[in-house]
Amino acid sequence: MEDSNRKYNENRRDFLTRAARAGLSMAAACSLGYWFFDPKGPGRSSSIKTGVSLADFSIPGQKPKMSIVHGEDRTETIRRAMQALGGIEGFIHKGDRVLLKVNAAFASPPALSATTHPQLVSEVTRLCFKAGAAKVIVTDNPINDPASCFQLTGIARAARAAGGTVVLPAEHFFRPITISGARLIREWPVLFEPFKEVNRLIGIAPVKDHHRSGASMTMKNWYGLLGGRRNIFHQDINTIITELAMMVKPTLVILDGTTSMMSNGPTGGSLSDLKTTKTMIVSTDQVAADAFGASLLDKDAGSLPYIAAAEAKGAGTADYRSLNPVIISEL
Amino acid sequence: MTIVTARRISQIFFLIVFLWFCVVTTLGDAWWQLRGWSVNWIIELDPLVGLGTLLTTHTIYSGLLWGLATVVLTIVLGRFFCGWICPFGAIHQFVGFVGRRKKTSLEKAKVNRYSRWQVVKYWILIFLLAVAVSDLLLYLIRLPRGEPRVFLGLIAAGLAVALILTVSGTYKFSRRFLFALLLGACFWAVAGFFLNDRQLLSASLQVGLLDPIPLVYRSVNLLILPLVDETTLRLTARPRYYEGSGLIAIIFLTAIFLNLKFPRFYCRFVCPLGALFAVISRYALWRIGKTEAECTDCHLCERNCEGACAPSSTIRINECVLCMNCRSECHHHLIGYRTSPSAAGETVSPDVSRRQFVVAAVSGVAAIPVLRLNGYLAANWNPQLVRPPGALDEEAFLTRCIKCGQCMRICPTNVIHLAGLEGGLEGLWTPVLNFRIGTSGCQHKCIACGNICPTAAIRPITLDERLGKNHFTSTGPIRIGTAFVDRGRCLPWAMDTPCIVCQENCPVSPKAIVTREVFSPVRFGKRLVVQRSDSRQIELEGNMLEPDRFATGDFFCKITGKVFSHPRRIVQNTDRRLAFSADRPWDMPPEPGSRVEIQIRLQRPYVKPEYCIGCGVCEHECPVRGRRAIRVTAENETRNQQHKMLLRT
Repeated sequence: MEDSNRKYNENRRDFLTRAARAGLSMAAACSLGYWFFDPKGPGRSSSIKTGVSLADFSIPGQKPKMSIVHGEDRTETIRRAMQALGGIEGFIHKGDRVLLKVNAAFASPPALSATTHPQLVSEVTRLCFKAGAAKVIVTDNPINDPASCFQLTGIARAARAAGGTVVLPAEHFFRPITISGARLIREWPVLFEPFKEVNRLIGIAPVKDHHRSGASMTMKNWYGLLGGRRNIFHQDINTIITELAMMVKPTLVILDGTTSMMSNGPTGGSLSDLKTTKTMIVSTDQVAADAFGASLLDKDAGSLPYIAAAEAKGAGTADYRSLNPVIISEL
Repeated sequence: MTIVTARRISQIFFLIVFLWFCVVTTLGDAWWQLRGWSVNWIIELDPLVGLGTLLTTHTIYSGLLWGLATVVLTIVLGRFFCGWICPFGAIHQFVGFVGRRKKTSLEKAKVNRYSRWQVVKYWILIFLLAVAVSDLLLYLIRLPRGEPRVFLGLIAAGLAVALILTVSGTYKFSRRFLFALLLGACFWAVAGFFLNDRQLLSASLQVGLLDPIPLVYRSVNLLILPLVDETTLRLTARPRYYEGSGLIAIIFLTAIFLNLKFPRFYCRFVCPLGALFAVISRYALWRIGKTEAECTDCHLCERNCEGACAPSSTIRINECVLCMNCRSECHHHLIGYRTSPSAAGETVSPDVSRRQFVVAAVSGVAAIPVLRLNGYLAANWNPQLVRPPGALDEEAFLTRCIKCGQCMRICPTNVIHLAGLEGGLEGLWTPVLNFRIGTSGCQHKCIACGNICPTAAIRPITLDERLGKNHFTSTGPIRIGTAFVDRGRCLPWAMDTPCIVCQENCPVSPKAIVTREVFSPVRFGKRLVVQRSDSRQIELEGNMLEPDRFATGDFFCKITGKVFSHPRRIVQNTDRRLAFSADRPWDMPPEPGSRVEIQIRLQRPYVKPEYCIGCGVCEHECPVRGRRAIRVTAENETRNQQHKMLLRT
């Protein structure tokens, strides 16, 4: 009798424990159901990342300036060109963090002039540090394999030798951007990560023939900030270059016309595509720089529709003479 | 009525309901066709579908909430779904019954003995859930980096609990345990810094491969019903084809015929849904068990034991499918369905060792990163993988599709098919469009697939959204791909033969296929020299023409070398005479001795990608029947911006 009583109690306790646990499980299941219930289902896919915008990197209160220096030695011409604008100290102050947007688009050697010359990269990096810059970052989102591009163009080595930091693009460096008044750059991924820590931006581009747009110079150089399926913009090349000029407000642009690629651009590939044009241009106005640069390719700025369009959008002036550029003839 | 009879009625009822739902998943206006029948109900009752999508998408979509009812009932009653509801289980039970019909009771009891390999189904469940849980795992691993406050809070809470337990003397931690804990915390703190956000570990839903409900839906939809359609009992207007049904057949028939040798083979050894029920039925309030520990050991209770759960001795509650056969077989009425455990003892946990658990879980977590090294979700995406309209972006799609084949069955034109390896191993049996099969391409004004999809892998879109009308004017129509003309195969382009069937059938307005008129000279090998002519006819030297060949209305005659002479339409021809239509006679007929040429008027098709939605009607209709001369690939599909081809569409 006592035995069966004990057994009954045991069973009862066992059942109550079990019932409590079952109750908890049910409560857990029901609350999961309640919290995660989604009667509507997913909508049209939308990007999860939030949009960003690029800062204005120009020096406030300065009038547009431009200098044109003729000579063959890039180290010398860039130095003189900066001096002509009152020295790089007018643009880079102590503690500034500078981004150099080079053109490293192709994995080809510097002698072919398809990319920014490493000598120019190292000299500008050096000048920035001399002016007191705390950090110089060199970046681009090239067309060919990024690591190969930075190696073979000599840009990585030159930048590092001068103390600069090379940033190769990675997928998560890109963030969507929308330019007000733009038709193409809307929620489009740009190489944003390197911009997070800088307060100055210098674009450095070679002068090149470009079969689709006519010429690739400082404005076209910003194409290398775009990510995603950017080559669909070739379907409207003048608009995209104009919108790039609207997107980027640089501290300075440097247009290297020491050697110009006259044909077979923008890749080149042969020394016969090149012509010695012995010109270095530094400007705060990218439109003016490109308008002058066109002449190095034996072209008229009027034949490049994006120059007039960028001017109309307020990105600069196509009449570079109005900036009273300092011109220094052959050194 | 005994409880076994009740169970049989329930099984037959749900099997009939299931088959009925499959039958009515047919487009049409008869009472037995799709008219608001809730044809997904059995899928929705399946909590593995609900749990799987909950893990991968962190939502429970619409009807999948029904799974909660099954879960709650299972917690209370045990694995009733397996023995009472599951249509696949009912089929197994019946075939198993046939297989052992003529055996002696002893032989029957023998095939129903517990096998240690019944643990395999738990491995399968762990593997499939681990595949689904990857991105939650990534979130957890990255917690110290992503949400350091939460991480530190957790660590602090853990320390506090440990401190309280130690100080109060409730629990004494071994040194080894503490060391392991410390190591684990350090590893956790560091590991997140090696993993990028959403790159390596992402969730994928693969439960549909072996979950019995999608499996049986798939098999009936794509195997049984298409065979029925070939008979006079047919359900659809035209017989259906499904590429890849062979593999479905092999799996379905193997699973069914194995019952002849091993009753309920699938349920006992493979079924991940059964394994899930086994886990959640652990605390079931009622359970099968003996009322007395001692009995005559006749083993009659195991003669028809469906779960192979050993009711005669220590019963395995997790294997019991509540068939109730043991209860009715026991002559001494020693087995009951009661609130107290079996007098002979019971076990409730699956026999999964820690090592087995780790192997299955790690394999599952590793599976997707390994498979995705194929780049199918990145640059190596397959343009042949044209998904139905409303299908989510591929990555999201793979977190929802359970491969049940409902979209393939409901598609009125039989254009949705089983993917083989087009979407990688992960995409096996997911829907892909095949424009060569079926009655037309993807019908322009149809949204059936998205509205039947039980998990919203294909979204329930409206016609307005699909067509880009009214509220959706600004977003434009849903494109599933773009048509491309293969100029090397197209009749007007390559064979100088008029055609433009594609342009004629293009359903969008304005048409996405336009034509340009071209006059192409017909080659004779000899010159056509005029002997005599007037404003309505020309007579040529020699008898060079095949009579009536040029009277089709597509042929024109032009004076050779005269740039400004417009071609005139030929209405009749004999072996040497050409007659022209009266509405446009020659103002200045060609002079005798001058040369003329016969031209064929061609309209060559061009695709206007800004209007093309990829419906594939053109591909379906193209008269080049083998490899079509106009074909749709997934280029420009709206579901993925990276597949955009044009700036303006």
